[in-house]
Amino acid sequence: MKSDSFDFTAALQKALADPQIGGNFRGALDGLRGKRLALFNDAEELASLRATGKALKARVLSRLPELLTQLEANCEKNGIRVHWAETTEQANRIVLSILRECGADMVVKGKSMVSEEMGLNRFLEQNGVEPVETDLGEFIIQLAVEPPSHITAPALHKNKLQVAEIFHRCVPGAPYTENVEELNAIARTTLREKFRTAKAGLSGVNFAIAETGTLVLVENEGNGRMCTHVPPVHIALMGLEKVVEKLDDLPPLMRLLTGSATGQLLSTYVNAITSPRAEGELDGPREVHLVILDNGRSTMFADPELSGALRCLRCGACLNNCPVYVRVGGHAYGSVYPGPIGAVITPQLEGIDNKGDLAGASSLCGACEEVCPVKIPLAGHLRRIRAEGQAAPGEGCVRGAGAKRSLVERLAWTAWAYTETHPRLREYLLRAAALMGDKLPEVGPLKTWTAARTAPRVAPKSLRQRVREEGIRHE
Amino acid sequence: MSSTPAREAILTRLAAACRTPAPVPAPADIWDAPELDAPKRLELLAKRLQAVRTEVHVTPEKQWKAKLAELLAARKPATLAHGTGAWFAKDLPGICKKPGMPALTPYYEDVDQFKDALFGVEASITTARAGIAETGALLLTPDAGEPRLLSLVPPVHFVVLRARDIAASFAGAIRDLKLAEAMPANLVLISGPSKTADIELTLTFGVHGPKELIALILT
Ligand code: SF4
Repeated sequence: MKSDSFDFTAALQKALADPQIGGNFRGALDGLRGKRLALFNDAEELASLRATGKALKARVLSRLPELLTQLEANCEKNGIRVHWAETTEQANRIVLSILRECGADMVVKGKSMVSEEMGLNRFLEQNGVEPVETDLGEFIIQLAVEPPSHITAPALHKNKLQVAEIFHRCVPGAPYTENVEELNAIARTTLREKFRTAKAGLSGVNFAIAETGTLVLVENEGNGRMCTHVPPVHIALMGLEKVVEKLDDLPPLMRLLTGSATGQLLSTYVNAITSPRAEGELDGPREVHLVILDNGRSTMFADPELSGALRCLRCGACLNNCPVYVRVGGHAYGSVYPGPIGAVITPQLEGIDNKGDLAGASSLCGACEEVCPVKIPLAGHLRRIRAEGQAAPGEGCVRGAGAKRSLVERLAWTAWAYTETHPRLREYLLRAAALMGDKLPEVGPLKTWTAARTAPRVAPKSLRQRVREEGIRHE
Repeated sequence: MSSTPAREAILTRLAAACRTPAPVPAPADIWDAPELDAPKRLELLAKRLQAVRTEVHVTPEKQWKAKLAELLAARKPATLAHGTGAWFAKDLPGICKKPGMPALTPYYEDVDQFKDALFGVEASITTARAGIAETGALLLTPDAGEPRLLSLVPPVHFVVLRARDIAASFAGAIRDLKLAEAMPANLVLISGPSKTADIELTLTFGVHGPKELIALILT
């Protein structure tokens, strides 16, 4: 999904002024961080788990085309029909044609970030099919007509009063209640009817196992199992990086995923789908379709450095631990994937010219890398994207490279480099600056910078000068 | 398939960019859960399941029918659905014939005929093929004899597991059941009742799947 004109700075300012984000949002994320730490309390074990996770996913990437073909062959052998889509547009068309074929005018959806990436809901609505989000958080924001603000907790930005109001307004016959149990019950009753009557269900995929042709879905609510087992047709959507080699790789990857996402030892349900309804079975879908989406991933893959981001498990830990994300929330990023991983992959998927600014929203503190279960060097990737933005014509590799290249910035750095390599000039300029003391003119970038900070003061004498005059004291 | 050109284009792009394969991590470098003896496995499974709100009852196999009757009497579901292929299917009529016990609803028809009945059932009972001590999970492989929706749709779910089928870890269960060689059509790990924390991170149960999960572990 592309947002055409997106003003990141304005979105950030709006988010920072929003008390909702400053309060609830931070509290919730503090909770998630605490639970993650409580689960991974053995540093040695965590280190070994992360090393395993990184090795397994790196190995997948090194054999990607081969594993995808193996996955396809095994799925087809098991009776799962495999479709490939280069673009989100193609993927949307594939989904629509399957739905048309089975005569579905409504589809129940389990949580899928890829479907967000495709803008699938809007596309289906335009084509006369009603998409029904069934994950509680997704259900809430679908009613509120808002995008998710977090990749694993999509309605994190809503408090129960807001949910109460939304349900009362949008769910026919729902009473106004602020009781969370009752709110859950409203969703349960509404959605059960949808599960019972839907002709098709849609889901994402957390891991697709090449060795056995199995789709693994991880969830707590059971809505994913409802979407994949009750309706006669199931469509699963996956980004091509979700393939893993063997069934044996699943236990460590599962532990890393649920532990990093919510601090759970295991999610309530791990649903492994290897085939549609087998001979003699009384339920389960008669058709299972797998749509494998590229949408820029093969281009990311071609970059030896940035392809590391394709190891991502979409656990959301880097969001929860990012000092920027925690303060501004997911919507400020204006992209499907927010936070550090969003700032790394969105400019690559949508072009630096469109979304390059996202990479600037980081203090490069490295908190994201420290928690990432598959050790993606997120800060390094952010730095690389920033550099790509300044690349000389014909030099960058990422889509839209060089788009942030500005004459003023380049001149400034050239001048700085010249000054730093000419000591006399440097000293002269420093003295001139010292004479102005704290009366540095607050214009241009310095004005912006000092809006929330104190302007730096140039000391009357440089360190060099003082050493020359006073010598070095050894204490 | 209309997407074949897409397939070729994607695979060609990936192949062109492929690098030398990363080495296979040595088994020693792969994280694995520790081995445990049988009593430890049972103890840990019970503890971990309880930690995620599963009710656990450990009973000698000889007394399990009385135990189930007791649990049903306490909960009073009006109906109890079950698969006809469960090893205890023949015992259920005996257990449920006393007054106050639920009416049995065997799941033997195609879901198209059974769906409405199933969505109205108050409880269900299924077997678990294995238990996983380390993560506190029950491993179910639904099939013709015990359909997939039994463990999902009714609000109360009883699961019967034999203690000898408890594996130390998920990896251990994969090995014991030789799953990599023959994955069942559907396999599900269940560690507790359905839950969500999507509203203000307040934990609530039974949002879509069962609100109560009751495990009977037979020794
Ligand atoms: S980059 Fe790492 S921490 Fe962030 S979502 Fe992906 S796997 Fe999780």
